[in-house]
Amino acid sequence: MIRKRSALRATACAAAVGLPLAALPAAAEDMAKPELLAANCFNCHGPNGESLGTVPELAGIPASLLIRNLREFKSDTKIATIMNRIAKGYSDAEIEAIARYIERVNQ
Amino acid sequence: MAATNRRTFLQLAGAAGAVSAFGLAGCQPQGAPRVVVIGGGFGGATAARYLKKFDPGIEVTLIEPKRQFTTCPFSNLYLGGIRSLESITFGYDNLRDDDDVIVVHERAVGIDAEARTVTTDGGGTFPYDRLIVSPGIAFRYEETPGYDVAAAELAPHAWNGGPQTRLLHDQIRAMEDGGVVIVAPPANPFRCPPGPYERASMIAHYLKYNKPKSKILILDAKDSFSKQALFEEGWALHYGDMIEWIPRSGDGKVVAVDAAGRTAITEFARHKAAVLNYIPQQRAADIAVSAGLVNALGWCPIDYPTFESTLVPGVHVLGDAAIVDDMPKSGNAANTQAKVCAAAVADLLAGREPGVPTTTNTCYSLVAPMHGISVTAVYRLTDKGYRGKAGSGGLSPLGEGPKFRAAEARYARGWYGNITNDIWSRT
Ligand SMILES: Cc1cc2nc3c(=O)[nH]c(=O)nc-3n(C[C@H](O)[C@H](O)[C@H](O)COP(=O)(O)OP(=O)(O)OC[C@H]3O[C@@H](n4cnc5c(N)ncnc54)[C@H](O)[C@@H]3O)c2cc1C
Ligand code: HEC
Repeated sequence: MIRKRSALRATACAAAVGLPLAALPAAAEDMAKPELLAANCFNCHGPNGESLGTVPELAGIPASLLIRNLREFKSDTKIATIMNRIAKGYSDAEIEAIARYIERVNQ
Repeated sequence: MAATNRRTFLQLAGAAGAVSAFGLAGCQPQGAPRVVVIGGGFGGATAARYLKKFDPGIEVTLIEPKRQFTTCPFSNLYLGGIRSLESITFGYDNLRDDDDVIVVHERAVGIDAEARTVTTDGGGTFPYDRLIVSPGIAFRYEETPGYDVAAAELAPHAWNGGPQTRLLHDQIRAMEDGGVVIVAPPANPFRCPPGPYERASMIAHYLKYNKPKSKILILDAKDSFSKQALFEEGWALHYGDMIEWIPRSGDGKVVAVDAAGRTAITEFARHKAAVLNYIPQQRAADIAVSAGLVNALGWCPIDYPTFESTLVPGVHVLGDAAIVDDMPKSGNAANTQAKVCAAAVADLLAGREPGVPTTTNTCYSLVAPMHGISVTAVYRLTDKGYRGKAGSGGLSPLGEGPKFRAAEARYARGWYGNITNDIWSRT
């Protein structure tokens, strides 16, 4: 099997989620794709962040607010039951990529 | 090569903004790459769904004998009387109708890794470019004298969902007040490390209000268990001394079972129960064994970034059956592993190098209906395997008050509703 790196990678993943290329943040080499990072939030927050119940809905929250919330959880300036433990698992660049993806996919 | 055509298609489609058109039934382009998924549980159904999400051009076939999937998660709540079996049972209509997955309700009986085909008990042959296997667990009955499939009808393990769970439920309902319920968990590794202790909690909740003179005896093959301090804190609060835990070092390990006599036999003692819930040692499900995917211990070694078997090329294994070092065998872990695997398979089929993996796991447990606790982790791939990122994750704090515990009990229900909605449909 032929393997090609990077250039095509961004193209195909933009195509796979049906997004314009310009909307993709520049990905650091060791960072997972935004749609994969965000998919790890959906087991609690629901597919694409659309929640059925008690866990807050992420769909519809602007990226800037998602980022602010996650940074506050990460720095413990906002205390909750579980998000402090989770937010500490992500770099600032990952938080930004996740937030932008969640905003975009719900537009 | 098919993969190259596929990529060109995607690029054109992406430019035209019409990718989703490829997801429509009957619109599969000639030579679309084919992925077969064996098992429609937490891992397999997630993989099927996210494959279509990451690349709608892939033809995905899901092979799962059951038309309805009753989850193990929240089955303890059913034992506790706070959840119906129907409410934890799901179907595959969403995968078939919304995600354009071909759903085949048959059992896979053979994998030919040379010819790249799967055969089923219905007589079908399904060719694949890549195969994903998430078949869950089977029991190592041979490890416990006196315990086998027939004995499990008398002393249910209730560790694989469905009829066994109902049997255990009915036995607990039928027993007299003052009886002993034995829960006997296995040694590591096994499916759902906190599961037996949540089960003891939920049975205690039922007994407390219905058969208050009864007792629960946990005969453990281990000397410590998941979320132990949090469970013990909650047990003391809600159930007094109703639950007694005997560790391996205190002669807790069950070495044989007399199922007809509802008796668990340890090295030095015989414990007679009214209800005996014996949970045997486990291994990967039969299809993983017959396909040569398991190591000597009965679990499937994989390449961590892609979940491709290190034993059989072209076959990816995830969920409970796989050895995913440091991740527990949980439904939530299977769900996030499946997303990594789906992304990697989509990459490989398109001729791309697989991207960086990322997984998480959270296990919520209910100690009482409004007393929830959790353990969570955000994993990175290191050269030793998946490891929780330093400084993140961990347990709910000890010593928290009822407000915090009630919030986590509500979030546990929120998690359940959302993860099942991320995977299946109500019908
Ligand atoms: C009491 C209990 C409580 C639990 N609670 C939680 C919890 O709160 N949170 C959590 O995250 N996890 C929990 N778990 C663990 C969770 O159930 C498992 O980790 C999860 O189901 C693993 O997913 P899987 O895809 O590996 O296997 P499964 O979900 O078991 O799916 C395997 C599927 O493969 C199918 N299959 C098997 N062989 C074949 C074949 N030959 N052909 C076709 N199909 C086949 C089976 O029919 C089955 O549907 C709990 C488990 C138990 C027992
Ligand atoms: C284990 C379940 C779980 C996972 C996984 C999870 N969350 Fe949360 N999230 C919660 C809960 C529960 C809350 C409510 C706050 C609390 O008690 O922690 C929450 C709150 C939030 C909030 C605040 C929303 C509001 O309106 O107040 C944001 C933003 C958020 N999560 C984003 C994320 C992102 C992004 C991810 C993935 C990186 C993620 N969460 C993963 C359970 C989860």
